[in-house]
Amino acid sequence: MNDPDAGGAGRSWAETAPLSAVALRVNDEVRRLEVDPRTSLLDALREHLHLSGTKKGCDHGQCGACTVLINGRRVNSCLTLAVMHEDDEIVTIEGLGDLDSLHAMQRSFVERDGFQCGYCTPGQICSAVGMLAEVGAGWPSHATADVASPRIALTDEEIRERMSGNICRCAAYPNIVAAIRAVAKAGTQ
Amino acid sequence: MRSFTYERPADARAAVAAASRSGAKFISGGTNLLDLMKLDIEHPSHLVDISRLALRDIDELPDGGLRIGAQAANSDVAADARVRTRYPVLSQALVSGASGQLRNKASTGGNLLQRTRCPYFYDTAAGCNKRDPGSGCSAIDGSNRIHAILGASDACIATHPSDMAVAMTVLDAQIELLDADESVRRVAITDFYRLPGDTPHLETVLRPAEMITSVVLPPPPPGRQLYRKVRDRASYEFALVSVAAVVSADQATIAQARVAFGGVAHKPWRSVEAEAALTGRPATMATYRAAADAAMRDAVGQGHNDFKIELARRTLCRTLAQAAQSS
Amino acid sequence: MIGQPLDRIDGPLKVTGQAIYAYEHWEPGQPLYGVIVGATVGKGRITRIDTDSAEHAPGVRMVMTHRNAPEQGARDESVPMEYWRAQPVLTSPDIHYHGEPVALVVAETLEQARAAAALVHVEYAAGRGRFDFAAYEDEAYAPKEANGGFPTDTEVGDFDTGFSTADVRIDQRYTTPYELSMPMELHACLVQPRGEDLIVYVSCQIVDAALASIASTLRIDPARIYIITPFVGGGFGSKLGIHAETILAAIAARALREPVKVALTRQQIFQLVGMRPTSSQRVRLGAGRDGRLVAVAHDVTMATNPDIEFAEQTAATTRSLYAAPHRLTTHRLTPLDLPRGADVRAPGEAPGLLAVESAMDELADALGIDPVELRIRNEPAVDPESGVPFSDRHLVECLREGARRFGWEHRPTTPASMREGRWLVGYGMAAAIRKHFQGQATVRVRLEADGTAVVQTDMTDIGTGTYTILTQVAADGLGLPPERVRIELGRSELPTSWGSGGSWGAANSSTATHRACVAVREKLLVTACGDTGSPLHGLDPAEAVFAEGSVRIGGADEALSEILARNHPDGVQAEGETRFMGDDPNYAAYSIHTYGAHFAEVGVDADTAEIRLRRMLGVFSVGRVLNPKTTRSQLIGGMIWGVGAALQEEAVVDLRSGAFVNRDLAQYLMPVHADIPDVDAVVLDGYDDKANVLGMKGVGELGICGAGPAIANAVFNATGVRVRDFPITLEKVLPGLPLMDT
Repeated sequence: MNDPDAGGAGRSWAETAPLSAVALRVNDEVRRLEVDPRTSLLDALREHLHLSGTKKGCDHGQCGACTVLINGRRVNSCLTLAVMHEDDEIVTIEGLGDLDSLHAMQRSFVERDGFQCGYCTPGQICSAVGMLAEVGAGWPSHATADVASPRIALTDEEIRERMSGNICRCAAYPNIVAAIRAVAKAGTQ
Repeated sequence: MRSFTYERPADARAAVAAASRSGAKFISGGTNLLDLMKLDIEHPSHLVDISRLALRDIDELPDGGLRIGAQAANSDVAADARVRTRYPVLSQALVSGASGQLRNKASTGGNLLQRTRCPYFYDTAAGCNKRDPGSGCSAIDGSNRIHAILGASDACIATHPSDMAVAMTVLDAQIELLDADESVRRVAITDFYRLPGDTPHLETVLRPAEMITSVVLPPPPPGRQLYRKVRDRASYEFALVSVAAVVSADQATIAQARVAFGGVAHKPWRSVEAEAALTGRPATMATYRAAADAAMRDAVGQGHNDFKIELARRTLCRTLAQAAQSS
Repeated sequence: MIGQPLDRIDGPLKVTGQAIYAYEHWEPGQPLYGVIVGATVGKGRITRIDTDSAEHAPGVRMVMTHRNAPEQGARDESVPMEYWRAQPVLTSPDIHYHGEPVALVVAETLEQARAAAALVHVEYAAGRGRFDFAAYEDEAYAPKEANGGFPTDTEVGDFDTGFSTADVRIDQRYTTPYELSMPMELHACLVQPRGEDLIVYVSCQIVDAALASIASTLRIDPARIYIITPFVGGGFGSKLGIHAETILAAIAARALREPVKVALTRQQIFQLVGMRPTSSQRVRLGAGRDGRLVAVAHDVTMATNPDIEFAEQTAATTRSLYAAPHRLTTHRLTPLDLPRGADVRAPGEAPGLLAVESAMDELADALGIDPVELRIRNEPAVDPESGVPFSDRHLVECLREGARRFGWEHRPTTPASMREGRWLVGYGMAAAIRKHFQGQATVRVRLEADGTAVVQTDMTDIGTGTYTILTQVAADGLGLPPERVRIELGRSELPTSWGSGGSWGAANSSTATHRACVAVREKLLVTACGDTGSPLHGLDPAEAVFAEGSVRIGGADEALSEILARNHPDGVQAEGETRFMGDDPNYAAYSIHTYGAHFAEVGVDADTAEIRLRRMLGVFSVGRVLNPKTTRSQLIGGMIWGVGAALQEEAVVDLRSGAFVNRDLAQYLMPVHADIPDVDAVVLDGYDDKANVLGMKGVGELGICGAGPAIANAVFNATGVRVRDFPITLEKVLPGLPLMDT
């Protein structure tokens, strides 16, 4: 369904547009890149910065494996362009913690076996961290009985609903919820 | 994905000017547009990034309504205290859609403009009048479980996938638009969307390069607001059928009711027929059933989606009963 | 260590994003990117293919079609197993199924390759394809054998007579849909040419199969191929073999003499890696009023690709499940022009038990006997078809323990009689059974001079926990703490195995590891006990105990490091092996299975028929458990697959084009967090001494076996509506719901 009229200004659409310079702040480091405007943030992280902890599971926002935190919010990095994130603060799984100093959520996933193959795991963990911040801010969810209530009780049902954008085919769901619950409890004590 | 050039204009006026270029398209959250561009369904040659325009605020209006900036993220709207307390149906609809990650990125304007999830629209090898006018509708004789039961045409039986827009429909939202000639106009949401007719590729009354700047909610209607979404899995799925209702009941009588359906038509489906069948009637299941029958009087199944007619009726009845009970 | 809930050894790598999967290796330097173009017709022939604009698009280095693809080895059916056979791609203009590769575009960037792929212009003469299973079901034929080497048909006694004279008869047809493995990691391959050698980073379950398949397809010496796959992002059957991405990456890398990587898109995974075929299953059960079965028949018809036959062994475990004197099982195939059928987690049991265990529930209902009790009454003393003894069968214990823990006694005996608010609530249960397979595995264990053990095998860890359990087995085998054990997997230069699949991986590789450790111990003891400088000199090696890095015999002991330093400055190594079950007499003398019982509680919305799982418990018997933590995880994962199979998963075929309509993860529904409430798995203590020296059996697929029908039976219990066409979506239940009156 090639549409010859779609190309503007007489330019063949197959031509590559000039590379765009973009400065991304990834895990507290400014990374200057020259990217094709078509490059998704996900591909910029994986193929340009070699930060392959952020995973590609569907490339269409249907699985959550590519979840990163942008300015503190969890986002599917596959459905946004790298050029759109000039100066944004991006945190990937590599920025949450490393082997020598695991983030509490990372440690909790290991302890509760919140994964098997590990492929959706970075996305689950980034999503969980972003999700707890949303709960902390009092955001409602589909599991919230009264959206008007400003306080959210973080029940297992709330965790499950809020984590539903992260598919795990190994189906470690009960263990993931347990891992998140443990971190949330520790954080509120 | 075809090649495109990219720019990020500084303000709304520059944005609509930039979008006047042939082949240009706005990008906001990008959660639907990039999805479609990767599949070669959308192929703009120029992207105008409006995501950082100063259109993110949610402001009080003197009449008691709210103006929601078109760039406000779905999650911000859902979490706004004024929306949650005065327009809970909107907050409920928003949090029933997509995932936390997508809601953080998807904008209000982009949500209104999201395109159908018809699988044949998504399959560039299949005929689809919406994607490729004149190529036929593959859904009519194909797999059409998720398709429209109301307002469809021989050219298209696709549905509009938004939850948010269904709630806005029942709230009588107005959509504010900025045109390339810098003129501003307001369109009622019920007039904003088109039915497919013979031109299913035209989904709204937006003019070329016209940009949504905000959504205006009039003061909240009296009564209890509810959004009910029915789907196969418990989350992260588009509606098979959804109902947004506002019911104000006095004693055992319905004083006023507003009803809109999602997942049943090419646009959010306001049912004035159901509303008429409710106003002034006793708040009983018999009344709800009559309203549901009125709403579905012209409903037509396509085979796999026949069940949606009864499902929509039953969903409406329960939603009305719950809304009336506590209003 | 064996039996301890050790955290996953590879856990820290996985939670920090440091576990590297096939597409993510940068050792070869910057690769080129390949994108596959698929056919847009389901059957036919390419009449014209124009690659000119794609070839001239920016960054494009190669466009390969059937016209310029190199000649490849043909798929050779004399190679015993499919996954080891050649998998040629782009061999002719003929199109056999929708999405079949018609071109590969290689470019310098992914963006360029994807854009150029859209420029490959292909015209087809569309043929009349056979896409509609129901329309051709009657034209089925009998395959030579079923997948896994099971006989096509079996008959014991006289089924017709037994069935026709039974007091109570169930005769129903059940259908199951096309389903896909859908691991989260996209099927991907990165190939680096180095001289005449190919270094292949590929997401696969069986390294040896990948090696053989690539070598025979590309017709090159297997010794020139190095497979590397340290981490695999799930497989579930779909990575038992390699696919077009691997062959095309290898061909392109060889031709261009540069590294090339290719990943399937999620949409292409619906077309290019095989699927569980749709099935139609007739189940007939004849029983006496006392509930004892007298006749059992399970007749299965499934779809197959016409060129690559796949006969899922859907009736196979019915042969071992319940006692009955008169028995019949059959497998038939209907060829359709659809992607190949292939192993998807628990091939055979997953669809087969949906039918048989639903039918048992129907029988229980017809008889007015409790479903748990009905199964207990039909427990066989020996394998009911082969007549051989069971090695270690504890199905009844699973049923009883599960019923007790779940609170089965609270089940409403009358369907549609329990209501909580808007929810109709029901309980359901089903039995689980899966044949235990044993396959070949060789493991090398080397005790280094520093007292560290290295365990080496080409076995993979696809999320199953291989790194972890082999650590435990080797730690016990050599008396070392787990930190002193290093596991090296997923490389073709390591000793070969059947990899991960068929739930055989853990037992195969653990048994071989154990044997290698025994051999290492013997070597150490021979030298130590024969060494006058050792405190163990002259003592009886049979009395030796290896623990805490030392060897003790009676009152004497010596550190391993000292024995090594004196006698084995380069370390000690030995190999251990596990044999193919066909060469192991136990597997003919005994019926070796794993067992379980599932219990589920569902809620069905009384207005909309939305079905939601409320809780689920599985109790399993799997022999000895190496690691209760990873075992439970795998069992729970399988049970949740059962939730998907019962309620959600279905790849829908467009009957006109042969395309899968819902080929993405927004439309092919799999359970998400919100679908899965409290799910737990309990494993009974056990040891199957007939299975292997460790007494263990596989658990990777048992969890799914019977999980789906437990949910289906709960839906019936909740609503009184019996749905025999899976998945049970709301429109199938809705017409049976009560009217709304309040």
